[in-house]
Amino acid sequence: MRRVLALVLGATLAALPAFAKDQVTDFQLDNGMQVVVIEDHRAPVVMHMVWYRAGSADEQPGVSGVAHFLEHLLFKGTETMESGEFSATVAANGGRDNAFTSYDYTAYFQRVAADRLELMMQMESDRMVNLQLDEGDILTERDVIIEERNQRVENSPGALMREQMDAAQYLNHRYGVPIIGWRHEMVDLSLDDALAYYTTYYAPNNAVLVVAGDVTPDAVRALAETYYGVLPANPDLGPRQRPQEPVQNAARRLVFEDARVSQPYVTRNYLAPERNPGDQETAAALTILAELLGGGTTSFLNERLQFDQKVAVYTGAFYRGTTLDRTAFNVTVVPSHGVSLEDAETAMDEALAAFMQAEIDQEHLDRIKMQLRASQIYGRDSVESLANRYGRALTSGLTIQDVQDWPQVLQAVTAEDVKAAARLVFQDRHSVTGWLMAPAPKEVSQ
Amino acid sequence: MRFLIAVAVTIFATLPAWAEVRIKEVTSPGGITAWLVEEPSIPFVALELRFQGGASLDAPGKRGATNLMMGLLEEGAGDLDSQGFARASEALAAQFTYDIGDDTASISARFLTENRDEAVELLRLSIIEPTFDEVSLERVRQQVLAGIRSSETDPNDIAGRAFDAQAFGDHPYATSLKGTLDSVTALSQDDIRAAHQSVLTRDRLFVGAVGDITEEELGLLLDRLLADLPDTGAPMPGKVAPALDGSTQVVEFDTPQSVALFGQIGMERDHDDFFAAYLLNTILGGSGFESRLMEEVRVKRGLTYGVYSYLVPKDHAALYMGSVSSANDRIGEAIEVIRAEWARMAAEGVTQDELDKAKALLTGAYPLRFDGNGSIARIMVGMQIQGLPIDYIVTRNDKVNAVTLEDVNRVAGELLQPEGLTFVVVGKPEGV
Repeated sequence: MRRVLALVLGATLAALPAFAKDQVTDFQLDNGMQVVVIEDHRAPVVMHMVWYRAGSADEQPGVSGVAHFLEHLLFKGTETMESGEFSATVAANGGRDNAFTSYDYTAYFQRVAADRLELMMQMESDRMVNLQLDEGDILTERDVIIEERNQRVENSPGALMREQMDAAQYLNHRYGVPIIGWRHEMVDLSLDDALAYYTTYYAPNNAVLVVAGDVTPDAVRALAETYYGVLPANPDLGPRQRPQEPVQNAARRLVFEDARVSQPYVTRNYLAPERNPGDQETAAALTILAELLGGGTTSFLNERLQFDQKVAVYTGAFYRGTTLDRTAFNVTVVPSHGVSLEDAETAMDEALAAFMQAEIDQEHLDRIKMQLRASQIYGRDSVESLANRYGRALTSGLTIQDVQDWPQVLQAVTAEDVKAAARLVFQDRHSVTGWLMAPAPKEVSQ
Repeated sequence: MRFLIAVAVTIFATLPAWAEVRIKEVTSPGGITAWLVEEPSIPFVALELRFQGGASLDAPGKRGATNLMMGLLEEGAGDLDSQGFARASEALAAQFTYDIGDDTASISARFLTENRDEAVELLRLSIIEPTFDEVSLERVRQQVLAGIRSSETDPNDIAGRAFDAQAFGDHPYATSLKGTLDSVTALSQDDIRAAHQSVLTRDRLFVGAVGDITEEELGLLLDRLLADLPDTGAPMPGKVAPALDGSTQVVEFDTPQSVALFGQIGMERDHDDFFAAYLLNTILGGSGFESRLMEEVRVKRGLTYGVYSYLVPKDHAALYMGSVSSANDRIGEAIEVIRAEWARMAAEGVTQDELDKAKALLTGAYPLRFDGNGSIARIMVGMQIQGLPIDYIVTRNDKVNAVTLEDVNRVAGELLQPEGLTFVVVGKPEGV
């Protein structure tokens, strides 16, 4: 069976088409706003997104969470719209809207019938510059984001530990501060804090418009010039430079104990390079390294720790290369019942060492590349995921060219590239290892 | 501002007709029926198989058998062991997911046109010839047990279990489909094989396919894939009337934010008033920012990040449920506000303006669901299970628009039971 499939694989790799660039058009408005149009005419529906090149890592010290807080406040009023009217209007037009904030970007989107695109642009361009907030908005919405933090973080031991690990990982960079904010700073976020962030970063020359669906580039250009093109650029917007990480010279370890943990695990982050414009080779090798090591049933960690040694019920390796600054490579092992975290970590370390010693399985590498190529076909079925891919990349320091080159860069990765990237990343001195566990039960004295 | 509202109102009536989804009913030479949408523009097919019955077909004392069985389908089949199967599917870039719910077992597949035959053969092995070997059984059993342990300290899962236990007595719905540490530990290979023969059967099968495939090709594919399924499944469990007494039950759990589930008796999917109830719920607590609960609990008072209500028409019982989470010192107020809104809606119903907006939202949002081959395949299977006609998609928005204010307000009085609205709160709630 394996032989037959290997033959199938060889035939298939040659037959797959190149990335469908013809679906995508891009241009820039005179005020500096970047526009990406992704066509899919199968249904008369459109996704309208505005991405700002500003996220939590662009906040000033002391106001953590303000980028995300402002994202909530953008659903309040403007000079011509009442509080809540934005979403009400989207809903009245049969659409759905929401927004999200990350370290490097903040994005707003509406999914709506294609002939409602103009109304969406009218409203979205309005709140880019005309936001009107009062103290009442601030107080209730601040309670909402604190409840959001409760829900996402305070109620989850794993999320609480990740915050501690990120804080330990980044000695100087804002990636060490949670996107949602530290609670003690969130409770004091003010109207002025939100407006300061808004006036600094919300401007057409700091934004990317992504429109995906049943639209033509010409029609999008005309509408975009009408609504976004008339907004003035912010001339004070400087280059995007944040404090960078120094050389890291000490492995960090932490143990997070919480009575709510019933399934302990060990997880480790290594500081790692990200995708950079015109320079994506290392990130591509790390992307494939994560798949080889921890990407599913046949991954190296899985075969060794779950199938052979039976010390783990779950293993994984993760790398997210689409970031503006240094990212992290994660390895996680959830031990089998009765296996200690110490033994799980030892097994993980031995597995990583064995991976570095062994030759990379060329068949496995080929399967991963086949899946990456197929994802170019499956991906065309979802213009929303394409829209997100462009938005995320363009707000993380990359160019359209980088996005379109990426599939080829991935295909070009060799076994030697993977090994070299792994040697670069798997160094204790820039690692953080975390144990998530319940506190030891109190001894009962007889 | 006024301008925009005026624009919004005038366009209610002119929401566009959207590209039709041209569904064909296909019957294979061997007699398997499927709904198909041909979409040749992208060279792959999304195939959705669903078997009615699901985890509720677990044999007595074998809770968790169906869940574990579904988890084992891709862990060894035919001559392939677990890793061999994974290598084969990876090499073809075929994607198979096996999922289990209270009422259905689902198999979702995506495969490329160019290696369709090989992919379908692999899928067939997993459905028809899974090996359920001892080694895989033990490994996947340990994964399931790890998940059960995790869920023991997850406030949302604790709330779900407490609610179901109260609502459903000795019906399978009363317990988690994953089973318990004890029940899963006790499952044998024979139990898994029995579940396989009981759940994945011809008489319970519904099929949807979307993508680069013709009627004739699909018919042949289905016969190759599914002809060897057993003919009949295990008997279905009976109906159950949820026992919900309107109380507020607290499950003590040391965590900063309390999680609350609430619910009352709901409405069957095939009830004549279902669309009226659906519109009513959209106004009361439907998803998005526009519902009364969201307005009162989140926007006005800042008590939560999200509060929602939803109709849950299961095959053997109908619930009307909701959820909210708030800090321990604020959950009491959130519950008070929800109870008050429930009672206000039961007594006063909705306004014409609210109904118009809800209709605009539901009718406009409907086409947004058809956003890819996989989504369309899933929707078509759901329609077949519900016994809807093949032209339902075209008429659905008319049915929504035909609901009158009188209908909704009559249903508000009949359906909503403020005195029966039952809460389960997990956390350390103050004053509850």
